[in-house]
Amino acid sequence: MKKFKLRRGYDIKLPGETVRTIEPFTLPNRIAFKPTDFIGMKPRLLIEPGDKVKIGTPLACDKNNEKIKIVSHVNGEVTEIVRGDRRVIQMIVINVDTDQHEKEPEFAINDLNKNSIIDTLLESGLFFNFVQRPFNKMANPADTPRDIFISAMDTAPLAAESSLILQGNESSFQKGLDVLSHLTSGKVRLSFKPEETAFSEFKNCELYNFSGPHPTGNVGVHIHHIAPIRNAHDIVWTCSVQSVIHIGRLYETGILNQEILVKVAGSAVDRRYYHRTVVGAQVSHLVKDLNENSRIISGNVLTGKQIESDGFVGYHDNLVTVIPETTEPEFLGWLNPGFAKPSWWKTFASALLFPNKVRTVDTNMAGGHRALVINDIYEEVVPMSILPSHLIKSILVEDIEEMEALGIYEIAEEDLALCEYICPSKTEFQQIIRQGLDLIEKEG
Amino acid sequence: MKSLYNFIQKFSSLFGKGGKLESLYPIYEMGEGFLFVLPQKTKTGAHIRDSIDMKRFMITAYIAMVPAFFFGIFNAGYQHFLSLGQSATILTILLKGLLIVLPIYLIVLVVGGVWEVLFAVLRKHEINEGFLISSFLIPLIVPPTIPFWQLIAATTFGIVIGKEIFGGVGMNIFNPALVARAFLFFSFPRSISGNSVWTVFGEKTIDTYTAATPLAVVSDTVTNSGGIIQILADKGYTWFNMFLGTIPGSIGETSTLAILLGLLLLLITKTASWRIVISVIAGGFAMTTILNLIAPDSSHIFALPFHYHFVMGGFAFGTAFMATDPVSSSSTRQGKYFYGFLIGAVAILVRTVNPAYPEGMMLAILLMNTFAPLIDHFVVQKNKKRRLKYASQ
Repeated sequence: MKKFKLRRGYDIKLPGETVRTIEPFTLPNRIAFKPTDFIGMKPRLLIEPGDKVKIGTPLACDKNNEKIKIVSHVNGEVTEIVRGDRRVIQMIVINVDTDQHEKEPEFAINDLNKNSIIDTLLESGLFFNFVQRPFNKMANPADTPRDIFISAMDTAPLAAESSLILQGNESSFQKGLDVLSHLTSGKVRLSFKPEETAFSEFKNCELYNFSGPHPTGNVGVHIHHIAPIRNAHDIVWTCSVQSVIHIGRLYETGILNQEILVKVAGSAVDRRYYHRTVVGAQVSHLVKDLNENSRIISGNVLTGKQIESDGFVGYHDNLVTVIPETTEPEFLGWLNPGFAKPSWWKTFASALLFPNKVRTVDTNMAGGHRALVINDIYEEVVPMSILPSHLIKSILVEDIEEMEALGIYEIAEEDLALCEYICPSKTEFQQIIRQGLDLIEKEG
Repeated sequence: MKSLYNFIQKFSSLFGKGGKLESLYPIYEMGEGFLFVLPQKTKTGAHIRDSIDMKRFMITAYIAMVPAFFFGIFNAGYQHFLSLGQSATILTILLKGLLIVLPIYLIVLVVGGVWEVLFAVLRKHEINEGFLISSFLIPLIVPPTIPFWQLIAATTFGIVIGKEIFGGVGMNIFNPALVARAFLFFSFPRSISGNSVWTVFGEKTIDTYTAATPLAVVSDTVTNSGGIIQILADKGYTWFNMFLGTIPGSIGETSTLAILLGLLLLLITKTASWRIVISVIAGGFAMTTILNLIAPDSSHIFALPFHYHFVMGGFAFGTAFMATDPVSSSSTRQGKYFYGFLIGAVAILVRTVNPAYPEGMMLAILLMNTFAPLIDHFVVQKNKKRRLKYASQ
């Protein structure tokens, strides 16, 4: 087993860690699918509000490839289609029936060759479990990925522990790995922390150990160190631990069961547990007794999406973070020695004297936008051979050749999220990376 | 403070989009930002952000220069009374120094501020706190006798040509303060070189007072059996008083001690790049060692050891506050080693080989500012080549 020790990066220490207890499974009253979770999908609805749906009923398909479908994994009734600007579909909301016993016909699971697996995954909606690199978007069923990467370690602030997600699902996970191995021309590559030995037993995949601060757990970092993406056509797929379990479960039983583990964390919520529920659960089902003036994030504080208190957990997310919103202006803040300011920098007394103390962080921008002034610090939080500020500048001037040469195919938004956090000029790194990737897709 | 905040917020619509005074928004933003860290919520991307901002960053650099500034005030007064041969109380010295230095600082601050605000309003960008640094640096690197009109011209040149025409802070190629100094150096050489400009003289000067800077002393071709250090000592310059800074020179550059205090702050707060600082010193040391080896005799300037070079002229000041300027220095981590090393080496080379330019540090930094993009180019090229290599596998 190959071991990687990465030095660069930064662990933001946030208060609001969750106790390691798992609540028993409960079914939410409502779930929702958000087509925006699947980057690159242009949804066309196959149902209307009021329609009864069952497990396995397709809800929407992609306009460019009708085989790619969003499929209901519960029995219930479509109550609402939420649309955003230009009538783009934001959410398909389903009222979940209390009785889930009436199952749809089982999926074909005995044929383990690439084409039939892809067909089954498309039919069950689980094809969305794959995310493609480069471009960090939904995978294309026509591709044969060079490798499939699974990160069984999430180093983001307050992230759910992969070993807890795995707990009790070991056989499904192994089954999932077996299925995945038929889809790639190369290997299924699984990376995990050295201390999480539960992952070292799995077969039918290559095992890797990574250790180091965030973003060491990002799958993009693993790809970079194990077998980097060479160009726009060098396609690999990535898959989360939870997603592998879902695929494995389907192939074990023939039944679509998207039960997941969701961690609720963050300083603005008092009741913090791991919950067993289903994909797309309404967040009010999980987060109760919300403090006033708080922000609910589906995902982690660096890359997650803000959701309302009646919103829904994202398709790929195992974490709901609740942090306080910023409210109070601070008088003459630049003069404050800063004994309570959380910072990667050392210009505050807090970071200088007690760098390991956990401090409450709110949603304050803590400054205005400025031109990029300090250019080499970003490398210190990116454990890859990437020059973030040079890459960002090449995107801003829309120089595609330069972006390619500087390695835009190797990264996704999440890999530079820490740059965004530490930037004193408050540069929107993630948004700029997405612009660059979209530009290349459009032009290419 | 809440009421003051609410009071200011009342005006936000006036300066905001569609407001009557929208064009003056940068001024409003500056005032508001000066008084309050705003409770501005993150909208896109990461939901939490580091507490650092450009203001904090620049203020830290500003504070780092304060010891050198205060010592400059003291020394301007001290040299004045020393040249008169009078003894004076510390208070009178400071008062005299304040009278000399404060007008210089205020002029630069006002002139620099006016240009910065003017360009910010015209080009509709925020007022960048970088001008605080430039306008603090310029007074520290001019002689205390600088004529005000020349100072105004130099500040204007430094800010406008050195910075604003490139698009403001973050876009400039050269360090604006050094551009201002170079402007003075080449346009008004008599105001910034020679032996008579470093001290504000009184009505009479006593014979024993050495007005020449240590660098001018070592550049003179005098031989002395005691070697170069003895030549300095004969003029009253020991290593220790040069380290302390009680010598004639530009306002802020004489005290290596005060500069090192500031440098310490810059390094522990990560505000300056330690890579640059270490490599400037290494470059200076390497070049001095070579020169020491080839020195024709012990009283030649080549024979001057590095720890003397470090405390003389602008070497320490340039290392701490000029070479480390994040904008005009090399923008890659590896590039910073080359950039710093060459500054150190070139500075020593210029000041020893060409007696016409005893102040090599300024020229070395400006020269390397020019080459910083080239150095970066090679580093970036290396990064790209590595990628190309596995791309072709």
